[in-house]
Amino acid sequence: MAARKKKLSIIASRGTLDWAYPPLIHASTAAALGYDTEIFFTSYGVELVKQTPRLKTTAIGNPGMPMPVQLPVLLQAMPGMQSVMTMLMKQKLKSKGVMSIEQLRALCLESGVKMIACEMTLDLFDIDQSDLLDDVTTAGIATYLEFAGKSHISLTF
Amino acid sequence: MAQYDHELDASGLNCPLPILRARKSLGEMKQNQTLHIIATDPGSVKDFEAFTKQTNNQLLSSTESDGQFNFVIKKT
Repeated sequence: MAARKKKLSIIASRGTLDWAYPPLIHASTAAALGYDTEIFFTSYGVELVKQTPRLKTTAIGNPGMPMPVQLPVLLQAMPGMQSVMTMLMKQKLKSKGVMSIEQLRALCLESGVKMIACEMTLDLFDIDQSDLLDDVTTAGIATYLEFAGKSHISLTF
Repeated sequence: MAQYDHELDASGLNCPLPILRARKSLGEMKQNQTLHIIATDPGSVKDFEAFTKQTNNQLLSSTESDGQFNFVIKKT
């Protein structure tokens, strides 16, 4: 490995099943390529590092989501639709051999990806540190910026 | 038929799994040993080029036959 290690910093701010993947996929790949990688989980993104993440998806507000059948927006808001969409997305992911979020984040940690949960978010949503994975540390933006400022690449999801 | 020190079958796996598995295999290998990887993800062709460049390993060959991609990487 080159003497100067490349660094990648990522902000993960979304707490839905579909948006849980991009930060973790980018981080695990970067780690495999030898990057020092840090993810700062902020806002709803903190859900991704909970012991038991509650991740769902919906097509509402997301017209770009490919649907097996095009449904009018009002029908997408029917009771139970969110569970159906989540189930369909999970099936899709599984059929394409994509790992679960739990597996993917474990892989990230194994590969040395550093995970930081935003302290302000924990405080705002009354989340206890014991609700989070053991390997996750908590810190504020200043800590994130310290690493991000030295990073070659910075991504936001 | 060429002989390789290690084999990795990444068929059916999608991005980024072939890269992650390759990284793991290379980590367990000795310097100058070769790793033969089989993949079915078309994106792996460009990805293994980028992977070997950035990890300073050597991509000895990259071939395709019947939708199957074969890569040989030498650990340096």
